[in-house]
Amino acid sequence: MPTMILPRLALAALFAVPLAGGAALASEAMRFKSVSVELPQSDRTFPGGHEAEAINNNCLACHSAGMVLTQPKRSRTEWSATVNKMIHIYKAPIDDTDVPAIVDYLASMRPQP
Amino acid sequence: MNHRALSRRAVLAGLGFGSLGAAAPAWAAGSVKLPLPGGPDARDLTTAFPGKGSMILQRTRPPLLETPFEVFDQGVFTPNDRFYVRWHWASIPTEVDAPSFRLKIHGHVEKELSLSLDDIVRLPQFEIAAVNQCSGNSRGLFEPRVSGAQWANGAMGNALWTGVRLKDVLDRAGVKAGAVQVRFNGLDEPVVADAPDFKKSLDLDHARDGEVMIAYAMNGEQLPLLNGFPLRLVVPGWYSTYWVKMLSDIEVLDHADEQFWTKTAYRIPATPGANVRPGETGYATVPINRMVPRSLLTNVMADASVRTGAPLNLRGIAFGGDCGVRTVEVSPDGGQSWLAAALGKDEGTYSFRRFEASLPALVAGRHELKVRCTNTKGVAQPLEPTWNPNGFMRSVAETTPVVAS
Ligand code: HEC
Repeated sequence: MPTMILPRLALAALFAVPLAGGAALASEAMRFKSVSVELPQSDRTFPGGHEAEAINNNCLACHSAGMVLTQPKRSRTEWSATVNKMIHIYKAPIDDTDVPAIVDYLASMRPQP
Repeated sequence: MNHRALSRRAVLAGLGFGSLGAAAPAWAAGSVKLPLPGGPDARDLTTAFPGKGSMILQRTRPPLLETPFEVFDQGVFTPNDRFYVRWHWASIPTEVDAPSFRLKIHGHVEKELSLSLDDIVRLPQFEIAAVNQCSGNSRGLFEPRVSGAQWANGAMGNALWTGVRLKDVLDRAGVKAGAVQVRFNGLDEPVVADAPDFKKSLDLDHARDGEVMIAYAMNGEQLPLLNGFPLRLVVPGWYSTYWVKMLSDIEVLDHADEQFWTKTAYRIPATPGANVRPGETGYATVPINRMVPRSLLTNVMADASVRTGAPLNLRGIAFGGDCGVRTVEVSPDGGQSWLAAALGKDEGTYSFRRFEASLPALVAGRHELKVRCTNTKGVAQPLEPTWNPNGFMRSVAETTPVVAS
């Protein structure tokens, strides 16, 4: 067996704490610890001042800006389809009058390589 | 080697790429560049999420956290604190009280059940190693590019899952004649009132196959909240969209599930490898289902410099998809010739499997390394990339260009 292939024991060492618990699992009943956490929030908005007003007002309720800013370059038609999907499938409360400004903004986004 | 050292090293490696500047939140811990054609390819690394070490930040809310690729070189089991994270809706409970948590089983059953965690632990224990892979893992590598989470190869992980068989739970409730599907729901909820809650369904026979399970532990520990504490459905060999997190409700249906996330979302072309031409229309679609084989080099990255005059040692991970790994082969010349790799320990049909190979010394210049897995059903990774508009099921034998000097 080539040396890079770790036997189970060496793997257990890799996890340090976690698998030590794992070894005990089979024999002892699992005990659960209640969980209380805080999730980081995002205060990131779409850059661009006035041009970004419509997208900032309508596109940050369900997901942070990263959902949109990580997307590749897309055509106007493709972005229109995405905005329609948000409105009709995911029930985004968006005024029809805001849609053109949002699509304009999206279609002119330049992905930073 | 312990994982504290590993995450520090990952953070340091990330810092080498420089900071994203104004776009980086205060808690960013370096950044990485992902191999996404045409960009945007810069992502922050973050250590700010509960139960998680250094992760690639794809989206803060709801969290999409990708496993940094170097983690896959460190072993076939992905540590819980580096396991990728993916949620659809942002209403995720941040507190789960273990003593009062209940799993409800209802619908087309003889007897409704409401099980505490202790009730569940008292059922016969079942354990399986299985790869959990997002349907859209590697979506960012699709060309032409498509919308959705822009993952590189890190929306996957392998864990040892401990829990109970779904079959045992369903048998205790007593599935009534005429049942067709079983629907799973978790504690997460949509942010807007009438939007579709995230639920998934499996056919009854699949749900009762004795492998589909309800996991309460992952690599021997309770699940991190972001991976679905306290219970997660595990569907070995199937894409992760079915592995419902924070599982709290199981409903046996006497009809096929008509709701959005099962019926309309997550559909693939009904073609081999879910492959269609960009722009093609008029093909039939089916819900995404079984995984396909994949293999990835983990010790040599794209555009690496390698030495001439010495054999090149390659290693990586492979998985068969919905069955085991039969062979892994590597190619030094873009797929013209292939060499069998040695397979590591078999941790189970659905697990990652290590492979290792030694290529004869390369001559000076540019070379294209390839790696290809054939599974135990005889399905081999295709040599040309497959494509579909949702960016699902990437399976191509990946190419790693290197320069020998
Ligand atoms: C009512 C909630 C809601 C609002 C408001 C909303 N979205 Fe979404 N969006 C979603 C959901 C749900 C998804 C799927 C998330 C996932 O898969 O993780 C999504 C996904 C996306 C995606 C990924 C591609 C895809 O098709 O899944 C993009 C891009 C996107 N939204 C852009 C926008 C833009 C632009 C706006 C403003 C016009 C917007 N969203 C407003 C709910 C919303």
